Amino acid sequence: MVVAIGQRVETLEARGIVKRFPGVLANDHVDFDVRAGEIHALLGENGAGKSTLMKILYGLYRPDAGEILVNGAPVRFHSPLDAIRRGIGMVHQHFMLVPTFTVAENVALGLPSSRRVVLDLDRVSARIEELARLYGLHVDPSAEVRQLSVGEQQRVEILKVLYRGASLLILDEPTAVLTPQEVNELFQILRQMVDDGHGIIFISHKLHEVIGLSDRVTVLRDGRVVDTVPTAEATKEGLARLMVGREVLFRVDRPPVEQGDVRLAVEGLWAEGDAGLDALRGVDLEVRAGEILGLAGVSGNGQRELAEVIAGLRRPSRGRVMIDGRDVTGASPARLLDHGLSYIPEERMVDGTVGEFSVEENLILKDHHHPPYAHGIFLNFTRIAEESDRLIKDFDIKTPSRKTLVKSLSGGNIQKLILARELSRNPRVLVAAQPTRGLDVSATEYVHRRLIEQRGKGCAILLISEDLDEILNLADRIAVIYEGEIMGVVEREGVEVETLGLMMAGVRPDAVPAQGKGVVTEEQGDSAPKGNQKT
Amino acid sequence: MIGSVIAGIASSAVRLATPYLYAAIGETIGQLSGVLNLGVDGIMLMGAYVAFFIVLRTGSLSLGLISAAGIGAVLGLLMAFISVTLKAEQGISGIGLYIFGLGLSTLLFGMTVGHVQTIDGFPDLVIPGLSAIPVIGDIFFHHNILVYVAFALVPIAWFVLNRTPFGLKVRAAGQKPEAADSLGVNVERIRYMTVILGGTLSGVAGASLSIALLNTFQQNLTNGMGFIAVALVYFGGWRTSGVLLGALLFSTVNAIQVWLQVKGVNVPSDFALMMPYVVTILVLTAMAKRRVNTPAALNKPFERGES
Ligand SMILES: Nc1ncnc2c1ncn2[C@@H]1O[C@H](COP(=O)(O)OP(=O)(O)OP(=O)(O)O)[C@@H](O)[C@H]1O
Ligand SMILES: [Mg+2]
Repeated sequence: MVVAIGQRVETLEARGIVKRFPGVLANDHVDFDVRAGEIHALLGENGAGKSTLMKILYGLYRPDAGEILVNGAPVRFHSPLDAIRRGIGMVHQHFMLVPTFTVAENVALGLPSSRRVVLDLDRVSARIEELARLYGLHVDPSAEVRQLSVGEQQRVEILKVLYRGASLLILDEPTAVLTPQEVNELFQILRQMVDDGHGIIFISHKLHEVIGLSDRVTVLRDGRVVDTVPTAEATKEGLARLMVGREVLFRVDRPPVEQGDVRLAVEGLWAEGDAGLDALRGVDLEVRAGEILGLAGVSGNGQRELAEVIAGLRRPSRGRVMIDGRDVTGASPARLLDHGLSYIPEERMVDGTVGEFSVEENLILKDHHHPPYAHGIFLNFTRIAEESDRLIKDFDIKTPSRKTLVKSLSGGNIQKLILARELSRNPRVLVAAQPTRGLDVSATEYVHRRLIEQRGKGCAILLISEDLDEILNLADRIAVIYEGEIMGVVEREGVEVETLGLMMAGVRPDAVPAQGKGVVTEEQGDSAPKGNQKT
Repeated sequence: MIGSVIAGIASSAVRLATPYLYAAIGETIGQLSGVLNLGVDGIMLMGAYVAFFIVLRTGSLSLGLISAAGIGAVLGLLMAFISVTLKAEQGISGIGLYIFGLGLSTLLFGMTVGHVQTIDGFPDLVIPGLSAIPVIGDIFFHHNILVYVAFALVPIAWFVLNRTPFGLKVRAAGQKPEAADSLGVNVERIRYMTVILGGTLSGVAGASLSIALLNTFQQNLTNGMGFIAVALVYFGGWRTSGVLLGALLFSTVNAIQVWLQVKGVNVPSDFALMMPYVVTILVLTAMAKRRVNTPAALNKPFERGES
């Protein structure tokens, strides 16, 4: 029993697509096409209009001008249902899953049942398992979605699409939230689907993914197509130049900085995760003024809980958090702000912004109650406007105006807004969790420069990242977390990627043979990965 | 002796639970799809008035019942239009609907009937066989048809919500409308359907008062029952079984209170009247922590974000 309601798509073509939002021309006469059996990557800076174009192809938005052709014939999509019927499926940048539903319920949602008015979840589950076997998308059909990891949730999204018999898949930044291992698994699945004759549109900001996976690349800039090239002829540098319109450096200079006293210290920290299990098991860390401590590790090993405990959003069960030698364990986020703590959360859509507020309101969210934004009980709107405009310009936040509601910004621009707010506060201590996730190359470069700049000003930075390149580029010392425990802290100079990899898999460095203190090896620096600046 | 007292109280508790069940089950379905309708009491009043008036004039109970359902559906449609299409603040529109129903039913009653009268309501339908079971038979099987239907509604609503594709769409519309929308589910249509259904059931709830339970109508006959029904939805944690439990708890306390008053037990009558409400508030507070089932999109109009 196959519920293949989608038709077979040989070609999907967009011609002259125009889409306007208030104050933005999101798509400006875009031509784009994808064929069965190929992966067509779509690249572009944050706010270039990628998601908008995809939502148009999927029937969620209606274009102001232009047409869509399926197998050469013009079609008109009034709702996603029309696109689904035509065999098009989409995995959204922000997941579209009902968290309280089971996997099978999420898949069955909106579909007719084989038993007419009665649900056929048993049959749906059987079919899910069949598809899961076929493509290695392992997930328990009866599990509740909110209990699944991000990687598993993504598999559910793909299963939803496959279940509907889609032969053309749109994947909007599917790798942004995945661990490197999950990315590899996803790519295997995608390659297999292409071999089966599916067509795939793939969006990512990671150029090496685009180069490694796709057959063709189209680059969007400010809503317009800059070029479409066969991937075989593309280079990382060339694509970055097309995207940004200038040369992009994939590394930053890290000038030496005089390190000061310990600003942030956690001692013997234990904390429970959401599921009630111990997520942190005796974590000790110290970050000095003028230092970036990189916290590496596969996500889900306690990073989020650690960041939340430090930011005052989660109560530790044991241990202490100290800022400038003062015990701030369990202090409210408001008090921590006064201690000079800034926090860039991982879940930026949920924790970092108020979607219904304007860009300007979100920018002053944490400092609205004191100068320069406030005079006594009154807000100084002139200053707020000036500062907001300055931050929007400095951080290159793409928004029609400072009055625009944050929920209508593109994913990457919401992230930039949080960064602008947190970094402009000139924090004494900064906890940055996955600060460049979902950012385009130039924004990533920019954020890296700003972090280095803060370090130069004597800020103590805890940089939590899954991206080893990022950590190796920025950090002075690197700590590795595994199952809630710190496997070791090593100096960045001369560390071997293999050593870090082993530590991320739960091996302590003292267990790694032939290593001295600090894991410094003979060929200092030469073993650092490519794209890594010697300092 | 004590046994028959308990059976008597239990039997009237079952009877008294009827209007709450209709109204609260309807409200549950609406809230699960994301719409909070605070106008239940107003719709009940209109349903009660219309049913009473039709029966008074025509003597036809079924016509009265159908009319009450009809007026409930119309008011549900009005609520849906205001909250779904116009995207007005749901709490405020609901209060508006309540005041409208209260005012209109009072006005029409004054114009068409004027003074308190009684009618012959739905007769008790003694279930053969089952009613002969000692105690149980007395408690459960000596009631009018609307009581039986109200209790039958509980498992039916559970089944529709949890075992049908329609129920899945309803719950998705209330939990994560964007997800439903992205799969081609028409969220607004689903919400229209649930709010109209909820209105219909509220109309029937009113009729169950005026042409089955009390067999009369007067100004503000419901006396806030519709608001209790809304509270029961929260009390029941958006589960039909929870709503049933809450309705029975509330009506039992009420039945005890009535019995105490009838017996002339020396409790201040105001205090006795307060009891059911106090119990409800206490239980609601005690359960406030277990809000896992809350529809995440309750009270939030759905917009695709496309301008
Ligand atoms: N629903 C909306 N209402 C108003 N403006 C919008 C809406 N959706 C997108 N925009 C604007 O359109 C532009 C393109 O946004 P889009 O989401 O397509 O970018 P993107 O290329 O996907 O970026 P990112 O890499 O950050 O996800 C942005 O300027 C954004 O602010
Ligand atoms: Mg996007």
